Amino acid sequence: MSNPSFNVPEENYYTKDHEWAQVDENVVTIGITDYAQDSLGEIVYVELPEEGQKVTQGEPFGVVESVKAVSDLLAPVSGTVIEVNTSVVDQPGVLNDDPFNEGWLMRIEMDTEKELANLMRSPEYKKLTQKK
Amino acid sequence: MSSVRTTPLVEEHIKLNAKMVDFAGWLMPVEYQGLRYEHLRTRSHVGLFDVSHMGEIRITGPKSLTSLQWLTTNDVSRLGSGQAQYSLFTNREGGIVDDIIVYCIDPQKDYLVCVNAANVEKDFAWIQTHNQGAEISNESDQWGQIAVQGPNALGLVSRVFSSVVTSLKPFQFKTLPFAHTQVLVARTGYTGEDGVEIFVPQTSTASLWQTLLSQGELFGVTPVGLGARDTLRTEMKYSLYGHEIDDSTHPYEAGLGWVVKPEAKDFLGKKTILEKKSAGLNRRLVGFKAQAKGGIPRTGYSLFSFDNREIGRVTSGTLSPSLNESIGIGYVDTAWSEEGSQFDVEIRGRRLPVNVVKTPFVSIKRS
Repeated sequence: MSNPSFNVPEENYYTKDHEWAQVDENVVTIGITDYAQDSLGEIVYVELPEEGQKVTQGEPFGVVESVKAVSDLLAPVSGTVIEVNTSVVDQPGVLNDDPFNEGWLMRIEMDTEKELANLMRSPEYKKLTQKK
Repeated sequence: MSSVRTTPLVEEHIKLNAKMVDFAGWLMPVEYQGLRYEHLRTRSHVGLFDVSHMGEIRITGPKSLTSLQWLTTNDVSRLGSGQAQYSLFTNREGGIVDDIIVYCIDPQKDYLVCVNAANVEKDFAWIQTHNQGAEISNESDQWGQIAVQGPNALGLVSRVFSSVVTSLKPFQFKTLPFAHTQVLVARTGYTGEDGVEIFVPQTSTASLWQTLLSQGELFGVTPVGLGARDTLRTEMKYSLYGHEIDDSTHPYEAGLGWVVKPEAKDFLGKKTILEKKSAGLNRRLVGFKAQAKGGIPRTGYSLFSFDNREIGRVTSGTLSPSLNESIGIGYVDTAWSEEGSQFDVEIRGRRLPVNVVKTPFVSIKRS
């Protein structure tokens, strides 16, 4: 089978469940990776938390659905939701077209930087997606 | 565990860069360019489907008709040469062993039965057990199968074979030459669109696929994976074995009474099926639509009345690519099965209101 190479921006942190986290001091922007959107297929429905809600590292904070499958979104780090990208709720297809920019899901205020140690950097994540 | 099986078209799918998945023990394409595109293209132009995983069981000999009459619910005696019918194998409890198509090659002598991929071994054993003296053979490994579906399907197939295919009525078939072999072209399908399903010897399947793809360019052909095959059949409320029907579902509650012919003949399960029918059906298979956004109703999700009683379960659901709305199929208590009935589907702990609608969900114009 052909193995398309997926976009994996260097600056981000990654989870083994295919979320990305971009860290700007204590504010973390979160989304799903190119690999994730490709394996899900066309995304048709997104459920996101409310501003002010607490999320916990490794725990579900929302859901994305393609026609084929439902997938939980797992928080890369713990914190409090400060902003939600409501435009992806209205236009879920953005997640397929531009998962790392327009398709961001939420911003959180991170509880502790220490949790970043549990995440992958891009070279390691790249290897994970190539194995599959 | 046996290893995953492949169809004669596996190389073609890989060439086309398909996303491959394990389906019922078969390595199958789930999508090529994308589910929605393939779905809509089938509705607007023509789609090509590899359905070689389906099983073929040959029933022959002087007892072939007697055996099929006993084993199936529809009336096989009505079939002349070149005619096919949708039918069911049912068990003594009236449950559905499989849904099938019976092709009459030569009346009282030679029939081909097309069965679901996941059920080939079960069906073959079932036929062996309840056979009334026919000769039976499992020809599943000898046949490939390609479905050509959509408003342009007949145009494409006429170009590849001959215009004789346009004279076929629904559920008629004809043996036609292709390359150095014979194929069986049947005006049947699983999408609601006009089109054919072609039974082709294994060794010629790839060559037929390539021919249909290249000749099909003119007709806007696209290869279609199992993903869109499922959304296309869901929009028509066609049953999928393991979802709407299984060993414990009853033909009448599944809305398949039209292929049960108790007045015509005796068959396995007839007594129980008629008893249950006269006792009244507890539940019915219905199609419903969501009234708002809120996710997709998926297989196994519960259906609740507004006074919080569980009144049924979802058997299939999807976001309809044609309608861009969430649609579902499920069994509900008979009291809730009328068109317009309203209830909730529970999606991840939240209730989404749905209402029973007329099916098929999508109406297909046929020329």
